[in-house]
Formats: sequence, structure tokens, C-alpha cells
Amino acid sequence: MTRPIVAIRSVSKTFGEFQALKRVSLDVREGEVLCLIGASGSGKTTLLRCINQLTSADSGGIWLDGELLGLREQGGRLHRLTPQQIARQRLKTGMVFQRFNLFPHMTALENITEGPVQVQRREREDARAEAMELLRRVGLAAKADAYPAQLSGGQQQRVAIARALAMKPMLMLFDEPTSALDPELVGEVLSVMKELARSGMTMMVVTHEVGFAREVADTVVYMDHGAIVESGPAADVLGAPREARTRSFLSAVI
Amino acid sequence: MRAARTLAGGFPDISKMTVARQAHWQRWLTAAAIVVVLAAIGRAFAGGQIEWAYVGRFLAAKVILEGIANTMVMAVLAMALGIVLGVVVAIMRLSSNPVLTSVAAGYTWLFRGTPLILQLLLWFNLALVFPTIGIPGLWSARAVDVMTPFLSALLGLGLNQGAYTSEVMRAGMLSVDAGQYEAAHAIGMGRLRALHRIILPQAMRVVIPPLGNEFIGMVKATSLASVIQYPEVLHNAENIYYANSRVIELLIVAGFWYLLVVSILTPLQMLLERRFARGALQIAR
Repeated sequence: MTRPIVAIRSVSKTFGEFQALKRVSLDVREGEVLCLIGASGSGKTTLLRCINQLTSADSGGIWLDGELLGLREQGGRLHRLTPQQIARQRLKTGMVFQRFNLFPHMTALENITEGPVQVQRREREDARAEAMELLRRVGLAAKADAYPAQLSGGQQQRVAIARALAMKPMLMLFDEPTSALDPELVGEVLSVMKELARSGMTMMVVTHEVGFAREVADTVVYMDHGAIVESGPAADVLGAPREARTRSFLSAVI
Repeated sequence: MRAARTLAGGFPDISKMTVARQAHWQRWLTAAAIVVVLAAIGRAFAGGQIEWAYVGRFLAAKVILEGIANTMVMAVLAMALGIVLGVVVAIMRLSSNPVLTSVAAGYTWLFRGTPLILQLLLWFNLALVFPTIGIPGLWSARAVDVMTPFLSALLGLGLNQGAYTSEVMRAGMLSVDAGQYEAAHAIGMGRLRALHRIILPQAMRVVIPPLGNEFIGMVKATSLASVIQYPEVLHNAENIYYANSRVIELLIVAGFWYLLVVSILTPLQMLLERRFARGALQIAR
């Protein structure tokens, strides 16, 4: 564990009347697996979406790899980055969505090569070879030419993980990656994520899978009503929570 | 094994019995009624004052064939212009830039809000407003020479079609799940590349049936260009009956060609639909 790869400082966000994030600060270190837990509406997904700028924070700042996201400081004032600059910053993160969001008109292989070929302008042949390697890694080499509609939910989510990895991100964001899956398909996705964690990838995972958090996470963060209630090593937060709110949440989900 | 065998609980075993065919007497009755009506209409036409020989003679006349060729050329070009405009205007309409949004809305309002025939007449008579047109210092020409029936019809039909097509395209783009935009952004795509690679290919599936409708409408709308002397099939048919007074016969000839063209377009549309349904129709695992 070395320097923070993500530094979140005093980030707030409101949607209309609803305050989704209240002055949240958090560090994620290189190689760390951080699980965000909490009830729905607690702000954990919003925090994740702020990091890859699908949502922009109202105030506060997020630094990724030392670079301020979405904003530029000049002459004591902040200026918004252009959409092109934001797109370039997004390349450092890979995002896995709750509902997979694979491109339905492309095969599994085409889904994975789309970013490297179209955005990173890599050679099609190299991108295909790497995509096949990624499909092998998630156990789906045989499904390279299948369309998303021909895959189960668990298979689609594994392709979505491979699609995010193909961009060679320094940070992987998972937004409730198993919540839309049938119970018998959760395990195959979690085992791909465990393998990824073992390989040293920095990961932020919004999840309801307390078992996964206990086994894989270095750090667990419990959020409630837009604020971090408790954070620390997984064994402490999940095994011996200090806060009453954390205890009552954990007793409700386990 | 006899059907009379009983199963547990005393229920009869019906697993080997066949289901009797239903007698569809209502279907036969309605079919018979329709045959009678059609026969009556057919008899009326057979006895009416139509010289079918003229229909046969002009069906493949050179002027008529040229007319239908011009009709198709105009329909295809004006529709192409309409689709290009429609895509651009739909993208403008859905952008976050308020200037682009209002320009797009204004265009749709103007060209959808006035009759097509009026727009055709305006383009054709543009010379009354601007005797000469051009780029100052570079090129200029007399408007009467530039605004030929062909160009007037193309602009009139194409710009009008663009207004309608933009709404069809906008509906198609709105039908694509918001998660697809997010996934495209998450792999670093900008808005235009996401539209080109991810959103529009999916919108096409939804958009082709209404666009097929629009194209069929366009084939027939070209007949309005007869009022500005564009030599499409109805215009040419009219010119013939002004000379020989066989009005109904030549209208039947024109009607035959419109029907034939539209009949050919329907299977073409199905081929296109299949092309853009990639990934959506395979459900078997």
C-alpha cells in the first residue's frame, strides 16, 4: 500500500432537494480493494459515478493519480474541462454497471475491442488478440462470437468486466455488479472479481455481498444518508463495527 | 389401450385423444360476402366507360416509363436528403446546446407547419424574390436558371422530409437505454462517436418501420412536383390525357406503377430490418 491513487476531498452532490453526498472524503491506495456498503440511497453509487464523471460533484474535488477530475485550476478559479478532456480522464477508470450495459448489436468480442480500436486507435488485430486473452481470463473464450442476448446474465457481466479491462485502466469501478443476477449466477462473477483483486488491480466495489467484502476487501466503507459512517479494515468494520448504525445495517443484510 | 380407461381419482384418460377441427363457418360466410361485393365492383368497371385497350397501350409507353424513372430518382434523392437532414437535426435537438436545440425546433416547426405543395411552389418561384443568387464575388447566376423543376422539387421534398424524419430519428435515439450512453462514455467515447457507433445502430432497428412508411409516402409525394413541371409519372400521364382525353385510363396507368413500386419496396424494407436486428433476434442459447 503506497500513495493514494484516488483522493476524494469534501465532495457534495444534491439532486434537487435530495442531498446524495455530504462532504465525503476518502482515500484509495494503489492495489487496494475497497468495498462500499450501505442501504440504497446512501450515496455509494453516486460517489462511484463521480469518480468516472458520469455525475459531476457540486463541490469538493476528486484527484485520480494526482490529477484533479473534471476541473482545472487557473488564476484562483476553477474551470470545467471540455468533454474531450473528460473523456481522456475517463480512460484511467474502468466501469462495470449493475445492468451490464453491453452493446447489444455487437458480439462479445466486438464489445471488448470497441474501445481499444475506436477510442485508443489500436491495431484491430492486436486488440482482437488481447480481447481473446481477456475472454479466456473470464472463462468465456468459447462465447467470443455470441451476442449479449445469447448470454446469461453472469456471462454478460463477465464480458462487461473484460470490456472495461481492455482499456487497461488503473482503477476498476464496480456498481453493484451482482445485484441484477439470478442467485446461482452471482458466484461466477464474484470469482472473476476475486481473481482480479489477487492480480493487484485497484478496485472500488459498491456491493451488497458482505461475504465477498469480508473475503476480498482490504477496506470496507459503510455509508448512510450521503456520508461515510465508518471505514476501516474489512475485519474490523464487518466483524466488530464501532457504530450502532453499521451494526443495525449489517444485522439486516446478513 | 381403450379411451375409456380411468386415471387416479376417476378422471378419464384423454391423453391419447385428438382435438377435433373447428368448423370456421363465419370465415366462409365473410369470404362469400366479400366475393359478392368484389364481383359487383368488377362488373361495374367492366361495363363502365373505360377503354382498357388504352390502359394496355400506355402502360409501358416511353413517356410513362421515363416518368416512373424520374419519380424513383426524385424519391430516392429527396429521401436521402431528408434522412441526412433528419439525423443532423435530431442530434441537434437532443444536444445540450440551447442554440442548436432551438434552431432544430424552429426548422421542424417551419417545414412541418406549411403544406408541402406550398413549399414546392415557393422554391420554384424563388426567382420572384431573388432574381440572382450566388456567393458575392465568387459566383452568381439567374435564379430562374438555377431553380429548375428538378432542383426545386429536390429541395422542397427533401427539406420537408427532413423535418418529419428528424422526429422519427429522435424517437429512435430516445428509445435506446440511457445505460448505453453511459457505457459508451465509460470506455472514453465522446458524444458524436457514441452516437455513431453505439446509439444510432440500435436506433435504426426502431426507426426502419416508420422510415419505410415515410419512403412510401415520399414516392407518392413526388406526384405533387407535377405542379412545378417536374416530369414525374403523374405529370407525364396528365400531359398524355390533355392530348387524347383518356383521363381515367392514364390515371389507372399511373396508379398501376405507384402500386408496383410500393409492392417492391415492402420486401426490401424487411431485408433492411433483418440487417439491423443483429443481436436482437437470437434468443436461443
